[in-house]
Amino acid sequence: MVEFTLPRNSRVVVGKTWPKPAGTNVRAFKIYRYDPDTPENPRIDTYFVDLDTCGPMVLDALIKIKNEIDPTLTFRRSCREGICGSCAMNIDGGNHLACIYGMDEIKGDVTIYPLPHMPVIKDLIPDLTHFYAQHASVKPWLETASAEPNTEWRQSIDDRRKLDGLYECILCACCSTSCPSYWWNGDRYLGPAALLQAYRWLADSRDEATGERLDDLEDPFKLYRCHTIMNCARTCPKGLNPAKAIASIKQMMVDRRM
Amino acid sequence: MADVNRGDRPLSPFMLGQFYRFQISSVMSVLHRITGVGISIGAVLGVWWFLAAASGPGYFSVVDGLLTSWIGGLVMLGMLISLWYHFCNGIRHLVWDAGFGFDLDSVRKSGLVAGGAAVALTLLTLIVAW
Repeated sequence: MVEFTLPRNSRVVVGKTWPKPAGTNVRAFKIYRYDPDTPENPRIDTYFVDLDTCGPMVLDALIKIKNEIDPTLTFRRSCREGICGSCAMNIDGGNHLACIYGMDEIKGDVTIYPLPHMPVIKDLIPDLTHFYAQHASVKPWLETASAEPNTEWRQSIDDRRKLDGLYECILCACCSTSCPSYWWNGDRYLGPAALLQAYRWLADSRDEATGERLDDLEDPFKLYRCHTIMNCARTCPKGLNPAKAIASIKQMMVDRRM
Repeated sequence: MADVNRGDRPLSPFMLGQFYRFQISSVMSVLHRITGVGISIGAVLGVWWFLAAASGPGYFSVVDGLLTSWIGGLVMLGMLISLWYHFCNGIRHLVWDAGFGFDLDSVRKSGLVAGGAAVALTLLTLIVAW
């Protein structure tokens, strides 16, 4: 349902301000904290980082805070080069991968929240169980009926090219959690990430389940809650365009009726 | 480690403007929804005006007086802008439904064109109506 305010247990309160180091290039970080082991509401802690002794990316600052200031700060990270999708978070009012988002792109204090409108496990870690289940529901694998070839399933260069802009998705969830439609109907609307992957398999010349895939998506909520708000394409750290993929699915729905 | 709070997890902050930055594309989408509701209300007001005219001069003068008062005029001006905005942005949606204009630069430009056209058409209507 459409809701504009946070539930009572989710309202954010002012938290602790940590000591400020000396230095001429010190930046304030306002970071969302939530500890599941206490009954307290989430809070915003303020940290100060001397950027002269820190790497350029937001993730560098988070790691520096965890190493040198507050080891209880909790976040996901792995590859630190924008390919694993672990460190997706709401930075400065937009969803980004902390590892490839430079602090020089942000004016003033750096505000960091978990991905929007998700259940929070701890600090910057959202529960993505439902998001992954929706991805699995579009059957993100090759579905075939004909006899398996002795070698690989062949595909022409032109047909392979149709998957460019689709296969690069790393499932970081930046797009789905930036989508107001997904905030309000995320229980039934599949969201940009899962729909981009649904189209990735619809567009695959080797796949033989196109009809069944479209049947599964023919639903007022799963597909048609996209209202072309375009937050998804604006936020995608890989430069992909889920809105365009969703429009392509809608076109396939029309085409097969004609 | 035991997860002691699985059933009662807080919802992370969302909301456009407050925690997620407005962008031209999202603002235009919100306005499309609001103006859509607005012109529906405007249609009801128009029907009310006609019904009043059909029911007799006494009732009509009351409704007509309300709708042509300065506050009624302000509401009607809002309806006019809403109608043109919804019309122009609706064309933008038709183009999208035909599969064109999804790259971010086109989205921004078509948004500015639709918004500018809505303002221009509103002014034109006011000039013609006077």
